[in-house]
This record gives sequence, structure tokens and C-alpha cells, in this order.
Amino acid sequence: MSKRVRRRGAGIVAVATAVAVIASACGAGGRPDENEGGAAEVGVTEDSVKVGAHFPLTGVAAPGYSAIPTGAKAYFDYVNANGGVHGRTIDYVFRDDAYNPTNTSQVVNELVLQDEIFAMVGGLGTPTHSAVLDFLNSNGVPDLFVSSGSLLWDQPEKNPMTFGWQPDYEVEGKIIGQYVKQNFPDAKVGLFLQDDDFGDDGEKGARAYIDDQIVAAERYAPGNTDVAPQIAALQASGADLVIGFNVPSYTALSQLTAMRSNYEPQWIYSNVGSDPALVGSLLGRFSEGKVTDASMLDGAITTEYLPGVDEADNPWTQLWQRIWDEHGGEGDLSNYRIYGMSQAYTFVQALQAAGPEPTREGIVDALEQVGQDLQGPALVPYRYSPDSHAGLSGVKVVQITGTTTKELSPVMVTDNGDAEITEYTEEHAPPPENGIPNVEPVG
Amino acid sequence: MSAPTAAARRFLPSSVFGRNLLTVLVALVAVVLVLELTSPFRNSQLATMSYYAIAAVGLTVLTGLNGQISLGHGALMAVGAYTTGLLLENEAMPFPVAMLAAMVVTAVAGIVVGAAAARLHGPYLAGATLALAVGVPGIAIYFDGLLGGEQGLRISSPTPPDWFADAMYFLTAGEMTSARYLAYIGWGTLLLVVLLLANLIAGRYGRIWRAVRDDEIAAELAGVRLGRMRVLAFVVSAACAGLAGAVLAMVVRLAAPSGFTIVLSLALLTAVVVGGLGSLGGALLGSALLVFLPPAVTDIGTDLGMSGVQAAQLAPFVYGVVLVVVMLAAPGGVMGIVRRLRHAGRRARGRGGPSRPAAGKQGVGATDQGGRG
Repeated sequence: MSKRVRRRGAGIVAVATAVAVIASACGAGGRPDENEGGAAEVGVTEDSVKVGAHFPLTGVAAPGYSAIPTGAKAYFDYVNANGGVHGRTIDYVFRDDAYNPTNTSQVVNELVLQDEIFAMVGGLGTPTHSAVLDFLNSNGVPDLFVSSGSLLWDQPEKNPMTFGWQPDYEVEGKIIGQYVKQNFPDAKVGLFLQDDDFGDDGEKGARAYIDDQIVAAERYAPGNTDVAPQIAALQASGADLVIGFNVPSYTALSQLTAMRSNYEPQWIYSNVGSDPALVGSLLGRFSEGKVTDASMLDGAITTEYLPGVDEADNPWTQLWQRIWDEHGGEGDLSNYRIYGMSQAYTFVQALQAAGPEPTREGIVDALEQVGQDLQGPALVPYRYSPDSHAGLSGVKVVQITGTTTKELSPVMVTDNGDAEITEYTEEHAPPPENGIPNVEPVG
Repeated sequence: MSAPTAAARRFLPSSVFGRNLLTVLVALVAVVLVLELTSPFRNSQLATMSYYAIAAVGLTVLTGLNGQISLGHGALMAVGAYTTGLLLENEAMPFPVAMLAAMVVTAVAGIVVGAAAARLHGPYLAGATLALAVGVPGIAIYFDGLLGGEQGLRISSPTPPDWFADAMYFLTAGEMTSARYLAYIGWGTLLLVVLLLANLIAGRYGRIWRAVRDDEIAAELAGVRLGRMRVLAFVVSAACAGLAGAVLAMVVRLAAPSGFTIVLSLALLTAVVVGGLGSLGGALLGSALLVFLPPAVTDIGTDLGMSGVQAAQLAPFVYGVVLVVVMLAAPGGVMGIVRRLRHAGRRARGRGGPSRPAAGKQGVGATDQGGRG
């Protein structure tokens, strides 16, 4: 018996050895010398440039946000129909991560390794995008215009490929803080904050101006839909003005909860949480039809940095409307689609600046050099330079009245930290005649 | 049985462990070949599949063999992932040590949960473990100073050491990318876990767990200590989930609460059920489905001319349809179908002449009736 066992053992060893010998015979046995060919840049062909992005197209974060890539796609289609950039069409691939960082890591792998994109344009979300920050930077993929106002995207030393786009939450918090100090000097201010960088950065900005006016700072954990304790605490603190750094669903929740407890402070919501159309539809859903539109938001104060759908006379809005009618899919133009189109516009500018033979390094250099001078749909300039990858530099304060907004302050610009807030006086230039930017190649 | 198969059979080791070891070695060779021959993207998908599979094989032992349902395995993976993240910070220790530690910590969490779970049955057990799945991500948000809150804990995943890269290059002429290296770590861990579990299932504990599942009173009369055996099954399963979490942390490079929602726990359960409850092979198949089906469906949708958003929405829909169809057409899962086919084939052959009874053999591919649980 023991003999038989041993023979079988010998059989295994023989098989394993055979396999190892065969496997190593297939191998190289050693490394050849480095050879370097002048290969074309990844994602760039004679007649196309491939870019990608990750968005929540399904799941809880999908309402609103899933419209952003449809806007970007419509603009790229428009540019392609008009000859593309330096003769190349832009091939835009966006994939669903359901706002789950684990999925983001998978779909970005897919975009970079399988689809072989040239650059990432507008990937959405703070927790989701931080999951792929290292991956994109270590693979040398330009990571342009992250759709989030976190300060994480402005670390040119550590993350040389990553650029922010929208005004960061600290800048927005500072401008809101100064507005409150000047216009509501006697108000007792309560803060309603999402418990992450979004709320923290916003709070930091606001406290720089109205630290002495703040009587309460309440935080909610995203995902927990019961905000009654936070609203009750704000009410108990006597706050008669509440600044919310929260996402749209929590704007709706805070409004409904406050209504139930007869709490009627002056509300100020950050730009992210204040889209009247989306908040209106969320209010209808959460209240099971009892509230049918965003009229609850009437009188609330928020900020703006892009002309929105309500400004039908604005030449930029007219351009977006024309493009959406020609190249958009189902549905109407919305502020989220305008956001996507504006990012796409900025990318076309960057690609033009990178010259007729764009490289990954080249587009990053170009943005650092000409980024501050780019004129676009935004009311304020970008802060791009070799030392800064921060996006737009400011906002204006507006009040929601019905489905439109009323200007409360001029456009204000500032920077992170102690930088002063100044008024931005330059006229907002209309879009070029054909709707396509014309940026000279750098160098 | 035909002469060649009988001859081949003589070369197989007679012990269960030997046979399983041989299967795993063959699988290891296959894994090396597959990883070296596929693109970096497939490598990363396979790395993803490996952590789902590690958790799924652990869950299938718990649910399929011991009859305890758990909706909390996603939370146990979170424990493993966060432990790994904290230990790998500033490269404080080599990653295998961190993985072992993650396994131990999760196993301890498994003792606590298992002790409570051992007293509960059916929907009550499901409810208790569901609470775990909902509650644990909240801990990360509450202790945001240590665990990074909503944004999560960034994890520096290990880079391939030169000797390993050189050795693999010597063998296969393939450059060691980081995706490939992580896939090797994941699949190495998976094969080790499968080997150990296959032996456990085939041995005394596997028999006892099945006995407890099939008839508690009979098992108790036979001298089995029910509670202790239940907790043990939970701990083994939790240890697997902890390892899976460790691999996930390194592959994803992030441990964030939104990665460990109830959706993850349910995905693991569906993987186990679709593959065939109680079967290790079925758990592997189920995890493959989790990873490869959604992108494939999305691509088909795009090819059919759907917009990006519609194609993305198609993936969860098709996954749901597959689940419903499997439940209606093959309640035993994929492995149930395989088993039925094999039985039919054996019966057909059996008429021709006597054959060796294959019953009672347990191995990597061995399966179990999945009617309970």
C-alpha cells in the first residue's frame, strides 16, 4: 500500500516537473535590451482622439448626474460634425460606476487598459474619483476636469496629471460667508453639512468670514435619509439663516423636514445642491406627491458660475440649446447637460492648445501655460498654472425666484486660504460665432 | 468505465488531499497561462473576480453546507479591507502579514457575530446579519479621523518585487504589470483558500456541518454540539471574507463605506445561488458572472445602438433576469445542472456494464444538494 502511495506521489512530481519544463521552454529566459520605438500616443490616431469618463448612470446618485455625460456627448458630436480638432474627431466613452468606488476602479481600468483612452474628462464624485487618482497618475493618464469641488484635485506636486474644474467648495464657502457678513450681519447662522470634504471645505471657507455668527454646525452622513435630528438641533440653536453644503437629495430632505417642524430660516444652498428642477422632482418623490414643484425653494439663496437654462437670452445658453436640439438625445436641455457641455468645451480648448500632435504630457503642459487665459462658458477664469491645478476661481450669489434666479451680488473671485475676495469686472465674452473655440497651439 | 480513463485513474493520488492538491496545482498552471496571455484589463477583471470568489467560497460553505444565511458578508469584507488599509499605511509591514492580520481580525468579528447567529434561524438570522451589513459602513463614517469617513481610506497596493518580476519574465516573457501582480496575489490566495476549504468539506467538519444542516435533532442525538459547530462555520466563512476584503483593498486601492453597502452582500449571495449552493466550483462560476456579465451586457447594448445611459441600465436588468431564470429553471444553480447531466450520463453508461460507484467522493469539484439554506 505504502509503495503504491509513493509511486503516485512520484507521478505528481513528474507531472509538475514536466509542466514547469514546458512552461519555461515557452519563456524568454532573460530580458532583451530596452528598445524604444517612436510609437504614437495612446488613444490618438490619424483621425480620432479617444477620451473617457465615469459617471453614476444607475443607482441613487443617477438622477441629475447621469445627464452630464449626455450633454458632453452632444457637444463632442457637434464639434465632430464641424471637422473635429486638428482634423481629429473626439471619441467619447463614458461608463457607469453607480457612485461606488469599487466599481469606479473597475470601469477606469476598463477605460484605460481596454478602451485605451488618451485622457479622462470629467470623472464624477469625490469618493469615487479618489479611488482612481493614484492609478491615473501612476499610469500617466491626463485626468482633466474632475466633476467635484474637492481640494484633492489641486495637488500638482503629487498628482501632476489631475486638474479640477468647478469652483472648489472652500472658494464657494468664502464667497457665501462674505455675502452673509455684509448682508445679514445680525443673523445667527447654522450650518448643514455633508460629513466629508464637501462639508468640511465649505465650512472652512464660511468660517473665515462669519465664525462669530455661527451658532451651530450639524452634519449628516450621506445615505442616512433621516435628517430630523440635525434640523431639530439647528432650530433649537436659534439659527435664523442656514447654509447647506449638501447634495440635491438632502436639499429636498432638509426642506421637507423643516416644513414639518415649522422651521423657516433663510436658506442658502451651495451650487451643487440647488438645481431647482432636480430638487423639485425629488421633493415630489420624497413627499409622495404632496409637494409638486420647487416652489418651496423660492427665496432660497445659492451661487452660480455658469449661465443656466433659465437665462434664455444669454448667448451661451442659446448656443447650448441649438447644439442640444441638433445633437442631443431624448429629454430637454438642463443645467446638468450644460455642465457637461461646458466641460467638453474646456477639453476642446485644451486639445487645441496641445497642438496638432497631442501627447499626454503635452496637453498637461498646455493647460498649465494657457489655462488662466481660456475664455469659456464660465463667468470666471480658471486658476491653472504650473503651481496650481485648481479650477474656476469664483461664483456669484443669486436668489431662486420660481424657476429662474435673481442676481444678488456681482461675480466674485478668490483663491484658497487667506486670498482676498475681489469683484471680477471683466465682461463675460459671448461664444465664438460657430460655437467652437479657437485656441492657438502652445509652443 | 473505458480502459484509458481507468488507466489514467490509477495515476491519480488516492487521498482526498492529494487529489485536491493536484487539481489546485493544475489550476495554478492554468491561472499563470491565462494571466500571462490576457491583456492588462482582463488581468484586472480577474483580480476583481478573485476577491469576489474568495468571499463567495466562504459564503457557500456557510450557507450551502451549514444552512446559515448571511446578508452581512459585505460588512465582514469591510472589516478585512479596513484592517489591511490601516496596516499597510506608510508601508508599515509586508502585505502578506497585513492579509493574515485582516483574516484574524475578521475571524474574531465572525466569532462575535456567529455566537449571536448560532441562536437564530431563517428570517431572524437574515435580519441580524442584515443589520451588520447596514451598520458596519456607519462605523467608518463615525470614526472619520481614523477611517477616512465617507471618502474612505486610500491604500497603497503592493508593487511587484524585482525577483518576482524577473522570475515570471524568465518563465513567460511577460512584463509584470501591477494589474497582473495583483491578479497573482488574488488568485494565489483564492487557490489556497479553495484547497483548504475542499479538504475541510471532505473531512469530519464538512460531514458534521451537513448533518447539522439536514437535521439538527438527529445531529444533536449523535453527539454534535450544535452551537459550537455553527459558530465554527461562521468563523471559517468570516475568515474567507476577511481575506477577500484584504485582496479587495489592494486591488481597488481604497476602502470606502460606499463600496461595502448591502448591494455587495446581496451580490455575493446571488453569486453563490446562481453557481449552485454549497459548491466551491459554483461559487467561482457565480463570481465570474458578477464580474464579466455587466460589462459584456453594456457592450452588447452599445453595439445595438443604445445610448450610454440606456446600455448601463441594461446591465442590472439582465443580471436580474438571469437570476430569475436560474431560480425557475435550475434551482440547484449551474452546478445543479452539471450534476444532473453527469447523473444522466452515468445512468446511460451504467446499463452497459458495472462501473465504480462515485458516490461519497468529495473534492474541489464536489457538490452538495442545495435544497436547504
